[in-house]
Amino acid sequence: MSGVLGGIYNTVIRSNGVFLSAIFVGAFATNLAFDTGSNALWDSINRGRQWKDIKHRYMESEDEE
Amino acid sequence: MLARSGLRTARAFGSARTSATRNATRNASTQSEGAASWKNTATLSASTALAIGSCTFYYFQFGRSVHAMTPAEEGLHATAYPWEHEKFFKTFDHAALRRGFQVYREVCASCHSLQRIPWRALVGTMMTVDEAKALAEENEYDTEPNDEGEIEKRPGKLSDYIPSPYKNDEAGRAANNGALPPDLSLITKARHGGCNYIFSLLTGYPEEPPAGAVVQSGLNFNPYFPGTGIAMARVLYDGLVEYEDGTPATTSQMAKDVVEFLNWSAEPEMDERKRMGWKVMAIGSVLFAMSVWVKRYKWSTIKTRHLQYNPPVAPGKMNPRQSRR
Ligand code: HEC
Repeated sequence: MSGVLGGIYNTVIRSNGVFLSAIFVGAFATNLAFDTGSNALWDSINRGRQWKDIKHRYMESEDEE
Repeated sequence: MLARSGLRTARAFGSARTSATRNATRNASTQSEGAASWKNTATLSASTALAIGSCTFYYFQFGRSVHAMTPAEEGLHATAYPWEHEKFFKTFDHAALRRGFQVYREVCASCHSLQRIPWRALVGTMMTVDEAKALAEENEYDTEPNDEGEIEKRPGKLSDYIPSPYKNDEAGRAANNGALPPDLSLITKARHGGCNYIFSLLTGYPEEPPAGAVVQSGLNFNPYFPGTGIAMARVLYDGLVEYEDGTPATTSQMAKDVVEFLNWSAEPEMDERKRMGWKVMAIGSVLFAMSVWVKRYKWSTIKTRHLQYNPPVAPGKMNPRQSRR
């Protein structure tokens, strides 16, 4: 455990520049992952209810006309 | 050690005996004052009866709930229906919104305005851009004054608001026996019971008013409407509209669709609000758990410390055990 922590300390935290960029990149990555995951969950809970689930019906029928 | 504890029991026993005798003497003295105790009982019972009586009187006079209106004037309480779109994690059913808008347009729009909804709001929620544009263009709107100050007519655009059936409220009243059909944009928020009330209202017209009900001429009987006499007649009948998606257009189906549509027009932000809401709850609970952990971490030194108190020993009063040492 201490080996892992020490490794993290030496690679990420020791240099301020690396630490700061790790925080920024980490924030963006977490945000992206959380949003993608939670939106996917939301869309699966509401499958078939939202406009994007039904719009193909009306888009296609227009192409046929 | 043994001898000392034996002594203590004897002393305790003795004190119990003395208190017993004391009690006995006191009892004897009260019994001799029998007349006074009868008076005490009577006074106590009388004041208790008075207290209960005055409380009852006060509640009877001021405590009961009062109703300014008769039940008929309040209107029948709407049934609570299990609306799918009112659940915490559910969006509107946009196919239902599309059907509901069709019902609004073909039935309600001849009397009710929907002033707060522009055509563009329909795009991406229940219509494609082209459909909404085509609908908007069917209506004429005033232009800005031209160089001569004349106001001309132009076809509608997506940014225009859905036109009202009457020029103004007075025209609306004049056409409906003096009753103004209210604007429907915010109607689910504007009525107690929201969706349940409007659904009950639309489907709640009996074949004929019950015996004994007084219905003024020009009004229709509806038990859900406060006062039971409503200027709007029953408007929804089975098969009144023809849904393009093949859903059978029963009265209750149309009422359900139009109510969901009216709920959307009152809260078009609901889908997004719920989606954001549960994300906030998710992140918030992680942050809360972390703050609990940090608090426990920071307090752990304080919570686990022990205080030890060694009383100073007064030189004169050494206790026997110490003196023996
Ligand atoms: C023939 C004209 C007409 C049509 C069509 C019509 N209404 Fe009405 N509506 C009225 C009038 C008039 C009132 C006012 C009633 C009153 O105040 O007594 C009213 C009142 C209402 C109310 C308010 C009731 C209240 O609690 O104050 C709602 C909600 C309503 N209408 C919904 C609808 C819906 C939904 C439709 C379409 C399915 C519809 N109406 C179609 C004329 C109409």
